[in-house]
This record gives sequence, structure tokens and C-alpha cells, in this order.
Amino acid sequence: MALSSPASIGGGTSRAMTAGLTGKSFDVKSKMVEAALVLTLAASMLILLVLIVDLLATSWPLWTDRPGDFLTGSLNSANAQSAGVWQGIKGTLMLCLVVMVVAFPLGVACAVYLEEYSSGSRFAKWTRINVRNLAGVPSIVYGLLGLAIFVNAIGGFTGGRTVFAGGLTLAALVLPIVVITTSEALRAVPRPIREGAFGVGATQWEVVKDHVLPAAAPGILTGTVLSLARAAGEAAPILLVGAATGLLRTGNQSFVEQLTGPFTAMPVVIFSYARQPDDAFREATAAASVVLLALVLLMNALAIWLRNRYDRKW
Amino acid sequence: MTESGKPMNIVNENVVGSDSGLQTIASSERTEVDTDTPPFVFETIDLNVYYGDFRAVRDVNLTVAKNEITALIGPSGCGKSTVLRCFDRMNDLIETARVDGRVLYHGLDLYGPDVDAVEVRRRVGMVFQKPNPFPKSIFDNIAYGPRISGMAKKKADLAVIVERSLRKAALWDEVKDRLSSSALGMSGGQQQRLCIARAIAVDPDVLLMDEPCSSLDPIATTRIEELMKEIKDEYTIVIVTHNMQQAARVSDRTAFFSVEVNEQSDARTGILVEADATEKIFSTPADDRTERYVTGRFG
Repeated sequence: MALSSPASIGGGTSRAMTAGLTGKSFDVKSKMVEAALVLTLAASMLILLVLIVDLLATSWPLWTDRPGDFLTGSLNSANAQSAGVWQGIKGTLMLCLVVMVVAFPLGVACAVYLEEYSSGSRFAKWTRINVRNLAGVPSIVYGLLGLAIFVNAIGGFTGGRTVFAGGLTLAALVLPIVVITTSEALRAVPRPIREGAFGVGATQWEVVKDHVLPAAAPGILTGTVLSLARAAGEAAPILLVGAATGLLRTGNQSFVEQLTGPFTAMPVVIFSYARQPDDAFREATAAASVVLLALVLLMNALAIWLRNRYDRKW
Repeated sequence: MTESGKPMNIVNENVVGSDSGLQTIASSERTEVDTDTPPFVFETIDLNVYYGDFRAVRDVNLTVAKNEITALIGPSGCGKSTVLRCFDRMNDLIETARVDGRVLYHGLDLYGPDVDAVEVRRRVGMVFQKPNPFPKSIFDNIAYGPRISGMAKKKADLAVIVERSLRKAALWDEVKDRLSSSALGMSGGQQQRLCIARAIAVDPDVLLMDEPCSSLDPIATTRIEELMKEIKDEYTIVIVTHNMQQAARVSDRTAFFSVEVNEQSDARTGILVEADATEKIFSTPADDRTERYVTGRFG
């Protein structure tokens, strides 16, 4: 039938043409699939919800009783009533600072080399596979590495069991993640932008510096902040490196003294409170978990904000 | 292979001397100076380009004359873009690409040792298939090339170059009041003229255009074609186009490429069928395949 001819579309013919287009019976199969998918989503959300509700409920007496005192109090594994998290918050923030300063430039530089300077070479392919494997190495192994290298081998430089050594260990842990996310951000920069820059006589470095890195910056920043959130949540490596779990005395030290002094961090504080036999510590454990969750969520929110703020359209 | 009867080994002398920055070869092959034909800007000698094991073009011998518009036409996959990208070493950016044979630029082999690809690309500008302005302001798009090449450092000097380039690209009147706004907010046709302005801002010798109008509407296409004719006195232009009418309208010389299919391996290799004056290609081509293609009876 000649569909293009208007003469053929008329009266009874048009009814024949549209038959079956409407009034189709309910599609059971696709509805069932959709329901199953919603169910799995609900189950995942439920687990998260239960966790948060339980943490909040358990710690509620503490939050109503002495919220300020808890947030500003010191690590104390002897007396639940005076236990606080301030040293943990400070330690975590300082660890993140060290991670940022060390892992960000190193990771971005590695990724730039792999993607922009040697992307097709066998060496780059081999390195890329290994970086992916490194990202999957359990964090406790990085802890052993940190203990062996940053605490013992170059202890004279780091000061031994210090924030600095802990930060370096966490930096090694997240370095592969920074490399991978940066690589992905660099690869997402459209080829025509590179060609345009090369086309007017830019050198490889000028192309990277003036075009590729600015275009990839939102992705790189997002990835870095997410890796910081990962570092903030790690307990095992810094426990091995020697974060304090008991009483930690910190006075009016300078920033450098604190950097090269004994330290603790939020996950370690939680670990420390959680293993106290005293029931009174249950509240403190839950409250410390809430603080860590808030810290990590804050970082993730920052990452999302950065991405939305600077995301480019091509 | 018809090459309009010119011997391959003619290299024009007076142009070789003008290339101070590029390394020059000893022109031992220079046998005579042909005074009847304009000097060659480009000359490929047995050019083969491979992507990995795959041979994209085979034995291309092509000349491009100064201040002419040379059009490369042919069906998809015939290697015309590949050849074009040899003229500014753009194939270097593709890791697997390998070039065999010689690509002479005023007699200098662009793929010889010691040739600085960055310097080559400053002299041989390129306009791409899809407009690719930088995600920056209109001003910065054009000022970028002059800035990095050290042509101008001061904003005032750059402004002069920006205005001159935009005027040449017939874009000045449309954008003079919004030089600081993003280039991405322009229409496709404007973006492509911006890319032309960007390419001529560094004062190149040659302009390569890889299907510059394929993503533009007919009005924008006409503007670009008029522009090409206006600026050809200053630049040598090589254009790849799918549009045969476009080649007929704008070009002085036309090179027809075709695809050769290997019966055993099914590998498709581009070959240069013939290159000649545009009127000749479109009226009385020497090769049967050219005639079938330009009359629309290509298989």
C-alpha cells in the first residue's frame, strides 16, 4: 500500500490502519519487572535508613544531655561521661589536609602523564591496569605499608606515629583513586578541543595547561573530594600507623608540632569507644558515628555542589 | 596516476629560502625550475598512511599550488581527510598512525627528522569538520594562538589581531559588541567562521579545511565559501569536501580520491585517482572512475 498517497487514507482504510494501536491489554511482565526493581531499591534504602535511625536513637540521650561538651571533649576511654570527639574531628581534618596536599598534585600529575603524554604506549596500558589493581588493595595492607615506610623507614622525617605519617599512608591509599578519576575526567575532554589547540600551534604542555586541565577541572575536583571522604572514613590503616586509642594529651601546640605529634581520628575514636565494655559508651559510640557520617556526607555534598557548579556543556 | 604531466622532482627554489624556522633539506633533487606553473606549497611523494596494520591511503602523489584552492573529493573512507591531516602533522595525535613516503612543504619533508610539528601547525592552520571553539570568550579564542606563539603580548596588540582576524572572517560586525561573551553561545555558522578567524590569527601560510561546511546550513555554507574566495589571495587553501558542487564552486584544482577494495582481505584503501584543474575534472576527466563519480553514477 502506498502510504504516501493521501487518497488511500480514508474511511474504513484508516480504521484498519490504526487497529491494534489502542486498547492493548495490561502488560503484566513489564509491570512485574518494574515492581521488582522498586523493591530492591527500597531494600537498599531501608538498610541505610535503619542504620541512621538506630544511630540517632541510640545517641539521642547524649545529644540532648551534653551536645557541646561531647563535640569539644577529648578522647577518653575511661569515663563515658566526659568522652568527646574534638581530637578526632581535628585529627581527621588534619589527615585530610595532608592527603589533599600529597595525593592531589601527585595523582593529577600521574593521570596527565598517562592520558596526555603516553596514552597509547604499552607502558601506559600496563600502568593503568596496575593502578586499577592498587585501588582494590585492602586498606589494611596500606596500613602495613605505612607502618613499614612512613613510621619506621623514614620515621626521622615524619616523626614516627604522627598525623604526618598517617596522612601519607592515607594519601597512598587514595592515590590510585585520584589517578583513576582524574584519568576519566581527562578522557572526557572532547578530542576537538585538543585538536583546535594543537591546530593553532600549541605545544603538548600548552594544550594540557590551557585547555585540557581547565575543561577537566570539575571532574578532577569531584573525584578528589570523594577520595578525601574515603580517606576520612578509614580506620584500619591509621590504627596500624599508630593513632591513639586511649588518652591523648594535646595542649597548646603549634600547627607543625601537632602535625608531627601523636594523633587520633574519627574512625579511631569510634573504634576506641566501641570496644569499651561499659554500656555507657554505647551512646558515645553512636554519637561519634553520627559525627563521622555528617563529616563524610558534607564532603560528598561538596563534591556534588562542585560538579554542578562547574560542569561544562560542550 | 595522472599528475597533470609534471615531473615529481621539481622543487621551487625561491620558496625554500624563505623558511627560516623550519629545517631545510639539501635539494639535490632539484633539477629545474618550472616557471609556467605556480610554485608548490605541498607535494606528496608516494605517501602511504597506516593506522596500525591497516593501510588507509596508498601511494598518493599530489601537489598543492600557492594561492589556489585545492579541493579533495571522493567517497567516504577514501582517505582524503587522512591526506589532509598529513599536511599539518595532525596525524601525530593518533597513536597508531604511521606515515610512509614524503610530504614536502616548500620542498622540506614535514616528516623528516628535526621538523618541529608545533611550528608546522603554526604555519599550516586547520579548520575542522565540526566547529570546535574553545570554551572561552570570543576574544580569547582568537587571541590564544597569537599569545602562545609570542606574536603579541599586550592586550592592545592582541585586540588589533583579534579585530583583523574577525574582519577577515566576516564576523566582526556580528560579534564586535560581545567579544567577552562565550564562543559557545554563537550559532554553528558563526562558530565555524570564528574557527577560521582563530586559524588565520596566527598568520599562517596555508589553511586546511576538513569538510568545514558539513554541519552548517546553506546560508552559512555560502558565507564560508565566499570567505574562502576572498582570502585565497593571502593563503593557500586545501579543502576536503563531500559536496561536489562546493568543490566545483570554490576550487581551482580538484583531486579525486577513490576506494580500492582488496578482494581477499576486504581491506579498503584510499587512492588518488586524478588531480587536475577543477573545470577539467568536472567536464572532461581523464579517468573513468572520476567521471562516474562527478556525474553521480558512482557504484
